[in-house]
Amino acid sequence: MGKKVLMKGNEVIAEAAIRAGCKHYFGYPITPQSDISHYMAKQLPLIGGAFVQAESEIAAINMLYGAAGAGARAMTSSSSPGISLKQEGISYMSCAELPAVVVNIVRCGPGLGGILPAQGDYFQAVKGGGHGDYKMVVLAPASLQELYELTVEAFNIADKYRILTMIMGDGNLGQMMEPIEFKDKEDIYEANKSWATTGTQMKREHNTVTSIYIEAEVLEAHNNKLQSKYTEIASKEVRVEEYNTENADIIVTAYGTVARILKNVIKNAAKEGIKVGLIRPITLWPFPSEAFARNAEHTKAFLSVELSAGQMVEDVRLAVNGKKPVYFYGRTGGMIPTENEILKKIKDILEKQGG
Amino acid sequence: MAVVFDRPHALVDVSMHYCPGCTHGTIHRLVAEVLDELGIEGTTIGVSPVGCAYNNYLYFNCDMQQAAHGRAPAVATGIKRVHPDKTVFTYQGDGDLAAIGTAEIVHAAARGEKITTVFINNAIYGMTSGQMAPTSLVGQVTTTSPYGRKPELQGYPIKVSEMLSTLTGAAFVERVSMHDIKNIRNAKKAIKKAFQVQQKGYGFSIVEVLSTCPTNWGKSPVESLKLIEDKMIPYYPLGNFKGADLEV
Repeated sequence: MGKKVLMKGNEVIAEAAIRAGCKHYFGYPITPQSDISHYMAKQLPLIGGAFVQAESEIAAINMLYGAAGAGARAMTSSSSPGISLKQEGISYMSCAELPAVVVNIVRCGPGLGGILPAQGDYFQAVKGGGHGDYKMVVLAPASLQELYELTVEAFNIADKYRILTMIMGDGNLGQMMEPIEFKDKEDIYEANKSWATTGTQMKREHNTVTSIYIEAEVLEAHNNKLQSKYTEIASKEVRVEEYNTENADIIVTAYGTVARILKNVIKNAAKEGIKVGLIRPITLWPFPSEAFARNAEHTKAFLSVELSAGQMVEDVRLAVNGKKPVYFYGRTGGMIPTENEILKKIKDILEKQGG
Repeated sequence: MAVVFDRPHALVDVSMHYCPGCTHGTIHRLVAEVLDELGIEGTTIGVSPVGCAYNNYLYFNCDMQQAAHGRAPAVATGIKRVHPDKTVFTYQGDGDLAAIGTAEIVHAAARGEKITTVFINNAIYGMTSGQMAPTSLVGQVTTTSPYGRKPELQGYPIKVSEMLSTLTGAAFVERVSMHDIKNIRNAKKAIKKAFQVQQKGYGFSIVEVLSTCPTNWGKSPVESLKLIEDKMIPYYPLGNFKGADLEV
């Protein structure tokens, strides 16, 4: 391992991407993720890559389409309103099976909303914000070390399955600073990109990157192919952290930085003799349903804590499947729940559950 | 016996889907002839639009990407930045380029993106059944301007070549027409020069090609060619707007 360096979250994403072999980045300024663009604008020209400040988020995602289709490891990043604009390209790239990484440093909405941290884009990311049946792998780091490692992994997953991978962090993650320990060398998945448009050199049939299949039978066959790829990913790529779940009376769940607040809540609760466990989904899609179903056998209740009006809680309910009650606590608008508010909610629930 | 006329290698040997009298097919041939003559089929990557030419990736023998409506210049930018040594072109119609994709074409030109655009202006949306295009002429009857295009309601047609030629990054801009043999030969020359301008790295190049849509114009193929000459050229003057003097 290399030496520790203190870095800001957004810069960690950019540095990790470069270490993963990403030499092409396309972006449009939007708070709170613009540091990614600044870092790329400085670094990419020095390594023979390209930074392009696009005229819009729509153009940026379509530049990503071109670059990924041309066989490069490439990335775009934005924040919530900008990610909404990218949905067109996300759907097209998913259909054309173009591997690339999209970063969403989530701010609060709806509309222009505000620039403070939020988790209100969960539905958009995991349920398909664009049209048609498609999935992205969605990774939700909770620390900057994890942000670094998952950004590298995002490129590997994208190349391995020819899929879009989204790094979803809230504004906290993009703006905060933590020490990072970079590896001397990254593990890079070397994909065969013989499908890419790199010029035939008159040595092979011409390649086509497309998302249009006019004939119904052909499109259904293509959709079935996409779905079986998603099934394979769901069976192989689930990532989840379980903490203190074994004898927990109640299991709290959150992703990203909110899970770090919950770990303090768990310690405070333990001082009062309350046994609280944590399930932290690291992949939001594929969702770690098995961890919830298994723990539903012994715990009394679940509580999903989110910086939203209640989005991931729906997937928790599906996973728990009525076996135990599932509660929700959320703040929006950039408000962050305190440890005390969450502990109070836990106590209220356990009182209701008679425990 | 000597072969005097053959299919260009860069054009795939399949039937095209275009309507009788449509000039898309001939324009495809011109592009393919240019790829052959410059010997760049194997090092060229094209971008197909949304519109009647949406699947021209089936017709060109070079590598192709199909883009979302209007986004071809952005897709081409991504390709070119990854492969600066390759030739990259977009093929776009008037709805694609001058309506939904206005931002993408203007900024690709402004950046001086080293790509070539073949812009088909037939003053109508063909594929979606004859709606008013940004380039539809004043008074032109379409399915969405059934009483004729009225400037007080729908404004005036956009002169794309004139507009783009104001941008410093646009190195070569020329408007040509497909209405007779002489002009088709000029169109070929302009397309060839546009590709050469890209190869030399001068910047963005575009050829606007005045084209027909007999089906949606409700005219015969011959009447359609006449209509280009009588109605379109007076509003869209032919000629080079920029880069005629560039050494290629």
